[in-house]
Amino acid sequence: MHTRTIAELSALLHEGAVSAEELAQALLERIQRLDGDLNAFITVTAEEALAQAREADRRLRSGEATPLTGIPIAHKDIFCTRGVRTSCGSRMLDPFVAPYDATVVERLAAAGAVSLGKTNMDEFAMGSSNETSYYGPVRNPWDPERVPGGSSGGSAAAVAARLVPGATGTDTGGSIRQPAALTGITGLKPTYGRVSRWGMVAFASSLDQAGPMARTAEDCALLLQAMAGFDPRDSTCVDRPVPDYRAALAGEGDLKGLRIGVPREWLEEGLDGKVRACVERALQVYRDLGAEVREVRLPNAHLAVPVYYVLAPAEASSNLARYDGVRYGHRCQDPRDLTDLYKRSRAEGFGPEVKRRIMIGTYVLSAGYYDAYYLKAQQVRRLIAQDFRRAFQEVDLLAGPTSPTTAFRLGERLDDPVTMYLSDIYTIAVNLAGLPGLSHPAGFVDGLPVGLQLVGDYFEEARLLEAAHRFQQATDWHRRVPPGCA
Amino acid sequence: MEWEAVIGLEIHVQLATRSKVFSGASTRYGAPPNTQACAIDLGLPGVLPVLNEEAVRMAVKFGLAIEAEIARRSVFARKHYFYPDLPKGYQISQYELPIVRHGHVTLHLEDGTAKRVGITRAHLEEDAGKSVHEGFGGLTGIDLNRAGTPLLEIVSEPDLRTPQEAAAYMRKIHTLVRYLGICDGNLQEGNFRCDANVSVRPVGQEAFGTRTEIKNVNSFRFIEKAIAYEIERQIDILEAGGRVVQETRLYDAAKGETRPMRSKEEAEDYRYFPDPDLLPLVLDEAFIEGVRATLPELPDAKRARFMEQYGLSAYEAGILTGERALADYYEQVVEAAGGEAKLAANWVLSELLGALNKEGLDIERCPLPAGHLGGMLRRIQDGTISGKIAKEVFEAMWRGEGDADAVIEAKGLRQITDPEAIGRIVDQVLAQHPQQLEQYRAGKDKLFGFFVGQVMKATRGRANPQQVNEILRRKLQG
Repeated sequence: MHTRTIAELSALLHEGAVSAEELAQALLERIQRLDGDLNAFITVTAEEALAQAREADRRLRSGEATPLTGIPIAHKDIFCTRGVRTSCGSRMLDPFVAPYDATVVERLAAAGAVSLGKTNMDEFAMGSSNETSYYGPVRNPWDPERVPGGSSGGSAAAVAARLVPGATGTDTGGSIRQPAALTGITGLKPTYGRVSRWGMVAFASSLDQAGPMARTAEDCALLLQAMAGFDPRDSTCVDRPVPDYRAALAGEGDLKGLRIGVPREWLEEGLDGKVRACVERALQVYRDLGAEVREVRLPNAHLAVPVYYVLAPAEASSNLARYDGVRYGHRCQDPRDLTDLYKRSRAEGFGPEVKRRIMIGTYVLSAGYYDAYYLKAQQVRRLIAQDFRRAFQEVDLLAGPTSPTTAFRLGERLDDPVTMYLSDIYTIAVNLAGLPGLSHPAGFVDGLPVGLQLVGDYFEEARLLEAAHRFQQATDWHRRVPPGCA
Repeated sequence: MEWEAVIGLEIHVQLATRSKVFSGASTRYGAPPNTQACAIDLGLPGVLPVLNEEAVRMAVKFGLAIEAEIARRSVFARKHYFYPDLPKGYQISQYELPIVRHGHVTLHLEDGTAKRVGITRAHLEEDAGKSVHEGFGGLTGIDLNRAGTPLLEIVSEPDLRTPQEAAAYMRKIHTLVRYLGICDGNLQEGNFRCDANVSVRPVGQEAFGTRTEIKNVNSFRFIEKAIAYEIERQIDILEAGGRVVQETRLYDAAKGETRPMRSKEEAEDYRYFPDPDLLPLVLDEAFIEGVRATLPELPDAKRARFMEQYGLSAYEAGILTGERALADYYEQVVEAAGGEAKLAANWVLSELLGALNKEGLDIERCPLPAGHLGGMLRRIQDGTISGKIAKEVFEAMWRGEGDADAVIEAKGLRQITDPEAIGRIVDQVLAQHPQQLEQYRAGKDKLFGFFVGQVMKATRGRANPQQVNEILRRKLQG
């Protein structure tokens, strides 16, 4: 049962071949058995899950079900969940129990999905390896000595290890796509504004976007259908109809007429040779499906990482100012005075990577540096977005590697932030431009999964999902199961 | 040396919206601590601000009233500092692109001159919470009810030159925001607060001196005193060869002096940047014109109209239009009095304001309906009562004994105007005082007043004084 996709499980649930409660029970047992080593979950909410499952069964029987009713999922621990700890992977929020549900949580629950718990993540979503979590690193199901990527590493590992068929993630610079690539699953970062950020703990507000992580594009479509849509509580959420994503995937088909651009800058130095070869083979699949694949240019691509590491920390330094030990979250023991309370609560509550970014962000916003860093970075951000606009005048989608390497070893890059940051070299620009991006399994290198990234124009999620779905109809990389997870 | 002060005011006006500027929590004053602070006001993880449209309307209304530019595009920024009553670690404010720019008001000073004062900008921002230092045994309590309350910060040009001008400007803005209905103007509750930037320079010098900022003054009287004190303090320093330190000072009303606030170790760096949770605020012509259509008659226009239409002096018109409610009251009195504008002004300015003042009431809580006062003036005009009797009627109406006619009736205050009746009383008085009559006829003219007094006494003041004079004179001669 655990190897089934959401679409398959949905059919079984509707047929009555399995009950939501049985399904939840089975996966909760599986989590209990396997997650001790994997560490994909921070909190498992078995009781709440079973209650939700029973309600789902009632709805399935009474005919009020949606395609997600009774489907077990997990939420990245960045989404506020009423009555359940929402830690964001940080000691700072270890004691924090949210008094309200994030919109994403609310919508998936309304659709009948059953949440089994909260998944591990890099602290405040800052990291590309899931090693900055206060709750310890997550292991990659394909090789326990390797990282699953980050920051949505727990969600990725849980889906890859067949603990849940789907999970939520968030992506600020690649945090859905890079771990999806490194664990061999499918992950979609929607257009900025497609999914409400209400209740999602902010890292970099102008870049953060929630999205689905699952094993197939079809499953991502089902999850996105429930997650997407206008929310008046988020002023950056766009009021625009949500298309029927699954309808775009109907039947068997080809990709005749689809123009795919491959940015030359994404295949240059820094890209692992074997990963590149794997990506080339995947592009051949697209050609075989009838797509036209050609080279395009993104001349400012090399500026994406430096621009990101000005803007994201700037916003983070501001967003994380609220964690001061005064109202909630971690507070130091016996503060002597106000300054001591602030200093020690924050010193104890935040880990080193978060502190590094708060310092960078504070620096670039300081008087005398603002123009040179923050303002300049905003200008370059516009140039990067312009590159994409030009590219989309020539092609419908962009394609390339999701990450320059396969999953790296635990601890390998922890002391080398720059190498770590370069893990997101192909994904970051997509956030800066606010575009939708998807990563799907494209093959393996030395037994480790490789992801192919597709990038679409604004609100072209359906096109991304369709292309990935046709690819998955023609390949079976997404059906490969990590050792010991079958 | 002759010195000149340069003063600019920053006024924080609490906008009278029902809910907060970025959340749906109520803005009602006086609720138990932290009962009007929702997840957004508490700065919980994951919450997002949504701008209150009514607050925008109010800011635009103010901008239109001071003939300012209304920004078609303005931007909310985050202003960072750590303080326990600032939940997010930043205040959402407007920095580089405020909603209102380049306006002005005209002050009508006591010496009869008018002075135009520029308003650099007015921007929307959220208020912080309150730290409560008493009642927690050495600890500090935090009340976030006020956190997120909408403020309009109004920044004047450094156009003011005297403490009196500063107070007049503060009053002017107060009058204006109350006219516009965008602020209740309650100074005690801190809904209208003022910071003053003060510097001095030798007369004739172009460059500004070093300024100090006096924080959080919430009374017209105190702003005048605080600035006067500060000007003198600075002049004393400069004349003694010293230098004024740029700093923030507090006014101690009890001691009548300003003193430095807890000194800041370093210059503040607020690290402003545009708030990524809020899109730029874009206003179209239709929105602005929609707000313009709701503008009431403004104080200056009303003042000019009162002078023109009612023939009032600048002084009278100024006081009567100082509050929209008072102006409305006055106009109702005039109408009920059948257009007796001057008489109405006299009664409202002296008797009515005096009575209100005596009982510490404002015009909104005036116990005497304007229609009653106007009705009484009509009775003065038609001779039913004299001006003197009217004071008695006024007092009875004030106490709630009904309208003028009811009081006149019940107390029998109708004026006696029948010449025969007055003649009979005069005859009686003369008959009762033969001695005085004799003395008068012997040339003691001063006794005329005595007889008038006796007649008025006999009629309990109701006899028409002119007629009494006339008849008495005739009879004395006879």
